[in-house]
Amino acid sequence: MWEYSDKVREHFYNPRNSGPLDAANGIGDVGSIQCGDALRLMLKVDPQSEVILDAHFQTFGCGSAIASSSALTEIIKGMTLDEALNVSNQDIADYLDGLPPEKMHCSVMGREALQAAVANYRGEEWSDDHEEGALICKCFAIDAVMIEEVIRANNLTTVQDVTFYTKAGGGCAACHEGIEDILAKVLTEHASDGEAPPPRPAGNTAEAPAPAAKMTLVQKIHKIEEVLESVRPMLQRDHGDVALADVQGKKIYVHLTGACAGCMMEAATLGGIQQKMIEALGELVQVLPASHMPVDV
Amino acid sequence: MKPIYLDNNATTRVDPAVVEAMLPFFTEHFGNASSMHAFGSQVGRALKTARAQVQALIGAEHESEIIFTSCGTESDATAILSALKAQPERNTVIITAVEHPAILSLGEWLEKEGYIVHTLKVDKRGRIDLDEYKSMLHERVAVVSAMWANNETGTLFPVEEMAEIAAAKGIMFHTDAVQAVGKIPIDLKRTKIDMLSLSGHKLHAPKGIGALYLRRGCRFRPLLRGGHQERGRRAGTENSAAIVGLGKACELALEHLSTENTQVRGLRDQLEQGLLSQITHCFATGDTRHRLPNTSNIAFEYIEGEAILLLLNKLGIAASSGSACTSGSLEPSHVMRAMGIPYTAAHGTIRFSLSRWNTAEEIQHVISATPPIIEQLRKLSPYWSNNGPSESLGTGFSPTYA
Ligand SMILES: Cc1ncc(COP(=O)(O)O)c(C=O)c1O
Repeated sequence: MWEYSDKVREHFYNPRNSGPLDAANGIGDVGSIQCGDALRLMLKVDPQSEVILDAHFQTFGCGSAIASSSALTEIIKGMTLDEALNVSNQDIADYLDGLPPEKMHCSVMGREALQAAVANYRGEEWSDDHEEGALICKCFAIDAVMIEEVIRANNLTTVQDVTFYTKAGGGCAACHEGIEDILAKVLTEHASDGEAPPPRPAGNTAEAPAPAAKMTLVQKIHKIEEVLESVRPMLQRDHGDVALADVQGKKIYVHLTGACAGCMMEAATLGGIQQKMIEALGELVQVLPASHMPVDV
Repeated sequence: MKPIYLDNNATTRVDPAVVEAMLPFFTEHFGNASSMHAFGSQVGRALKTARAQVQALIGAEHESEIIFTSCGTESDATAILSALKAQPERNTVIITAVEHPAILSLGEWLEKEGYIVHTLKVDKRGRIDLDEYKSMLHERVAVVSAMWANNETGTLFPVEEMAEIAAAKGIMFHTDAVQAVGKIPIDLKRTKIDMLSLSGHKLHAPKGIGALYLRRGCRFRPLLRGGHQERGRRAGTENSAAIVGLGKACELALEHLSTENTQVRGLRDQLEQGLLSQITHCFATGDTRHRLPNTSNIAFEYIEGEAILLLLNKLGIAASSGSACTSGSLEPSHVMRAMGIPYTAAHGTIRFSLSRWNTAEEIQHVISATPPIIEQLRKLSPYWSNNGPSESLGTGFSPTYA
C-alpha cells in the first residue's frame, strides 16, 4: 500500500469541486487511459478580469490522481489565468504534503489539464507534448523517456553520467540495471547509425574542451555565477539552493543548502555542476562543498 | 466490524495449528538436522514427517521427490534453470503470457542471456489453444512452464494434458502450482508433470518457505551448491521451523480440500453473483467455469482499481487490484492485457480471494458495501454520466484500446 499523506487521504475521501460545471467556459481534457489516468478540468472564468471564479474536475484514476485534481481546483480558484498557469507540479504535491515518487505523474496530469483548459478558454490549440515512460528510478521519480532523451541529447555513456544529468540512479542504486539497458539501447542505435559517439572512459571527469582564451579572475567568477544561476531553478524545485563560497585556483567551493545538502545526492549534484563549469570555463576545475575549504587560507 | 480479509491469493494467515507445530523448533528443537547428536536427529525426524505431509498433498510417488526451498520464486527459478543447464543442447523455453513475474521476469532475463523464450497466448477468457501449444514443441525445447492456476483470475490451465503432450515429445514440463496446491486435488503420480513449484504462504504456512517437486529420474542441476542438504539438490541449512510449518499446513490443506470446493466455492459464487447482479457495467474475468474455487476477479468499468481498494479498505475490506496504480507501473496487469480486456475495464479489476475462514456474514457485508463505492467513484469519473457510460465527451477522452 502506498504511504499517502493525511492530506492526500482527506482529499481523496472528500474531494472538493467534483462533478460537472455547467457554466464552464474553459474545459481541459487530458490523460491517458492506458496508464490509468484521465482528467477533465472545467473552469468558469470572468471574461473581464480573467479570474477563475469556479473550478470543477472529473477524474478517472487512483487515490492520488483524485486528490491532486481536488487540490488543483482549490489552489486555482480565485487566481487569474496567468497566476494559475504558474502553478507547478511541485506546488500541487506540496499542497498535499507530498506524493510518493511513483505518483508524481498524477500531479503532472493536473498541470496539463490546467494548460489545456486555459488554451480552450482562449480559443487556442493545446497539444500534449508530454510523453511518459516506465518509471525507472523510484528514489527520484525519473522515467525511461526522460533518461533516454537526456542520454541522446548529451551523448552519455555511463550510469554515472546519467546520474549526474538526471539524478536517476543516485539513490538506492536498484535501477542501475535498468539504466544500463537504456544506455545499451541508445548506444546500439547510434552504432547502427554509423555515428557512434567516441568512447569515454567511465567514471573519470570529462576531458576539458579545447582551451579557450585565458580569462581574468573577474571574468571567470562571472562565468561561475552564471553557471550556478542556471542550475538553481532545478535545485529550488527540490527545495534546495546553491551559492558560490570561494574560488581557489582550480577549486570552486559552493554552499549547498536545503534538501541537497548532505543528502546522498550531494556528490551527484556537485558532479553535474562540475560538468557545466568545465564546459563554460573551458578548463578542468573541481567543484567542492564549502565544508571542504582549507581552514588556514 | 472486524476486518474482512479477501486477499488470500496474495498471502494467507498462518493457521494457529501450524504456528503451534513450529514453535518448539525455535526453542528446544533448535538443532541442525545434519548433526550427529540427539539435537540434530529430532529435527531430522521432523523434516522427514514434513516431507511426507507435502508428498501426500500433491500425490508424489516418492518422498525424495520433494525439495524444500525458500519460496515459490526460488522453486520456479530452480526448475527452469535446471532444465536448461541439464540439457545444454536445448535452448528454448515455452511459457504462457499470464505467468507470475517469478517466471515472466526470469524469461526476459533468459532472452537477454541468449536463450529463446516462446510465449503462449491466451484468449479473452484466459485460455490457451492446445493446437498452438503443440505446434510450438520441438527438439530444441528444454522445458515448458505453465501455471496450474492463475493468481489473478484463478483460471486453471489443462496442465496434466499439456504435460502428456510434452512427455510424448521428450520435453520436460514444469508447472507453477503456487496458487493451486491446497485448493484443488493434485495427484502427481498419475501425471507426466516433471516439476512443480509450491509456496507455503499461499496455504496457511509461513512466508519464505516453498518446495519443488522433482519427478524421480528427471535430470537436475541445483541452483545453490554447497552442503549436502536436500540430497545436494538445494544447499543451505534447512529452515526447520518453516519446513515443519509447511508440512503441517499441507496436512491441514488435505483435510480441508473438500471445504475449499464446497463452502469456499459457495461463498465465492454468492459474492460474485451478489455483486454482478447489483452493479451495472461489470463482469467476471477469466475462465469462470474452470478456475480456483476461492477466486473471483471482477472488472468494474470506467473507474480505477486503486481508488476502489482505498474505499474498501476504509470499510475494513481487503482485496487487490490489477490496476497500474497499485503496482507503480503505467500499464494495467499483464494478465488483463493478455486477455485483451479494454483499458477502461482492466484498470478497474478487483480480485477477491477467499479462504476457509471467511464467513457468510462477511460475504453479505461485502455485497452490501461495494455498490455504493462503485457508484461514488463513477460519479467522479469523466467516462460516466448519470447512469451509464458518458457519450458526449471531448475528443481527448476517446479511450485508446491499444
Ligand atoms: C502463481 C505464483 N507463482 C509464484 C509466486 C511467488 O511465490 P513466493 O512469494 O513464495 O516467492 C506467487 C505468489 O506471489 C504466485 O502467485
